[in-house]
Amino acid sequence: MKNRSFIARNPSILVFLACLGIFTLAVTIASEGFGLGLISTSFVKTLGKTLCLCLVAVAMDLIWGYCGILSLGHFAFFGLGGYMIGMWLMYERTRLIVTESMAAQEIPPTPQEVVDAIGTQIFGVVGSSEFPLIWSFAHSLTVQLILVVAVPGLLALVFGWLAFRSRVAGVYLSILTQAMTLALALYLFQNDSGLRGNNGLSGLQNLPGVTASQDVVSIWFLWASALALALGYLLSAWVVSGKFGSVIRGIRDNEARVRFLGYSVETYKLAMFTLTACIAGIAGALYYPQAGIINPAEIAPIASIYLAVWVAIGGRGRLYGAVIGAALVSLVSTYFTGGQAPDIPLGFYTISWVDWWTVLLGLTFVLVTLFAPKGIGGLFDLVAQRAAPDRHGADYGPDKGAKREEEGQ
Amino acid sequence: MSTLLEVNGISVTFDGYKAIRNLSFNIGEAELRAIIGPNGAGKTTFMDIVTGKTKPDEGKVIWGEMSRNLVGMNEARIAQAGIGRKFQKPTVFEDQSVRENLTMALQNKRGWSSVLFWKPSKADQNRVVELAAEIGLADELERTSGELSHGQKQWLEIGMLLAQEPRLLLVDEPAAGMTLAEREHTTDILKEAAKTRAVVVVEHDMEFVRRLECKVTVLHEGSVLAEGSLDHVTSNPEVIEVYLGR
Ligand SMILES: Nc1ncnc2c1ncn2[C@@H]1O[C@H](COP(=O)(O)OP(=O)(O)OP(=O)(O)O)[C@@H](O)[C@H]1O
Ligand SMILES: [Mg+2]
Repeated sequence: MKNRSFIARNPSILVFLACLGIFTLAVTIASEGFGLGLISTSFVKTLGKTLCLCLVAVAMDLIWGYCGILSLGHFAFFGLGGYMIGMWLMYERTRLIVTESMAAQEIPPTPQEVVDAIGTQIFGVVGSSEFPLIWSFAHSLTVQLILVVAVPGLLALVFGWLAFRSRVAGVYLSILTQAMTLALALYLFQNDSGLRGNNGLSGLQNLPGVTASQDVVSIWFLWASALALALGYLLSAWVVSGKFGSVIRGIRDNEARVRFLGYSVETYKLAMFTLTACIAGIAGALYYPQAGIINPAEIAPIASIYLAVWVAIGGRGRLYGAVIGAALVSLVSTYFTGGQAPDIPLGFYTISWVDWWTVLLGLTFVLVTLFAPKGIGGLFDLVAQRAAPDRHGADYGPDKGAKREEEGQ
Repeated sequence: MSTLLEVNGISVTFDGYKAIRNLSFNIGEAELRAIIGPNGAGKTTFMDIVTGKTKPDEGKVIWGEMSRNLVGMNEARIAQAGIGRKFQKPTVFEDQSVRENLTMALQNKRGWSSVLFWKPSKADQNRVVELAAEIGLADELERTSGELSHGQKQWLEIGMLLAQEPRLLLVDEPAAGMTLAEREHTTDILKEAAKTRAVVVVEHDMEFVRRLECKVTVLHEGSVLAEGSLDHVTSNPEVIEVYLGR
């Protein structure tokens, strides 16, 4: 029985993939681009973006829920993925526009003139026209696609190597990851960072050379996001099954014990940190073309904290929990902060949800942590009638990130 | 009999308190050794040093034919070199099944990539079943180890040690919290293991040590007070004074 394929051992994977498939199909049928037009294109984009957020939440669950590392910096990797694809989108689209307008000239422009014109177009807002070094490969989709994975991966590798090697763990590591994402955001805010400072990259929703309308493009992105989520989910589920999964859960609960078994804990942490950063990068690369714009505010420290909140609300340590948490919280958040929710007049004070949503979210987070530590995912245990065993207050291991008694099943 | 581990003049100070003072200790290839000593004698600290958890202020820990110095190596490398350890408090991975615990300990490659693509071979699976039978957990393979009784967890941890196939086994108070029958079974497992490898057992319970029928080292205030057969050391007046007389 040990050798059955890992999907057979984890039937929840098939259920998840089926749900995702049905969802994607339903949205496609109801969309404006391909179907009945019941769902507006902007809402299709919201749903597509939500799928990307689910993917980065899966990555967060891998690193936190399974490996016990509370990284509060994974949105930095998400943002970097977005920037990498954004560079190509912006460059290529600007190039097409520039060549078109120059084609009307009597003397054909030299290649250098074209590049200069693109530079002026892109960097005019930050008072420059020179291409910074980091744009060296912006003309190549292939290279930028590789960078979507490579840049977050490399940053995670270097950061993780420094941190894990000196055995930084727990709260200190969380703070360090916050510092990393803050430093990156502050750097990108500068006009001479080479990525247009606080203007960020824009117009990303327009695919260069594609004449199809946004109604259709939004569906393409929905499909791509769904596919990425499906593959990311499968990969993650495979990684946490089997012996590798045993080892990383062991690291979460009691890393000293894993060391005495002869496993190099630091290497495993580094592998997980890097892998999840790559997944986050891919999620970001699919998210920002749907959002249309990326700027440094996206990778502010708070974004990564939200990510942890989603996973906690959804239920740490189970992949579908992370997906449910991210989907639910981000959609509800869009509803409240988008101004769609009606304000509540109390006579002396009007509760405006745009402001009060954060308070509500914070409160939910506290309540879930205190009273439903298994999160929304725990509801499935209620259905399966699995209660957390009474361990008389003992968690599953001595480490800070260890699975807590209440999270058991 | 050639020496497998040679601990040479190690000392450790914790916040000014000398927990280990100039301690030297040898053990051969296939030897069973008991270490006794009052609380705070430094028995656990001794194991911490050998396994790389604590760095000694001075001294050497020489290992194997190559006479490698283990001081300065990290825990994982020392474990890979062939030293397995059982903790005073049973530490198994409570969230995982008995099978998963044993599988993780099995003597296989430890690198992340080989573990990621690892598939249990028939031999691995049989070994897990065999070990489970040896430690009396054959029927509990699929149970979450957190649900096991205290004694069963102790055994599982011993099983994990055996699965590692170490050349030296360091066992800290294996019989704590066990019933009499469980203790006897534990003695058998340890004696059996010591036929093919070196085993160091720390234990407070004299009856247990007597059943091991092996050489005994008495630790006191961080250094060796006496060494020899149990009868020999228990008749040593110094030992009687610091330990048995109390
Ligand atoms: N990490 C540490 N920091 C400070 N002091 C320590 C540390 N580890 C051990 N000690 C001290 O060193 C001394 C030896 O401790 P050790 O745990 O080795 O004793 P032991 O022989 O295993 O005792 P027991 O029989 O109670 O298990 C004790 O006085 C203990 O308080
Ligand atoms: Mg001790």
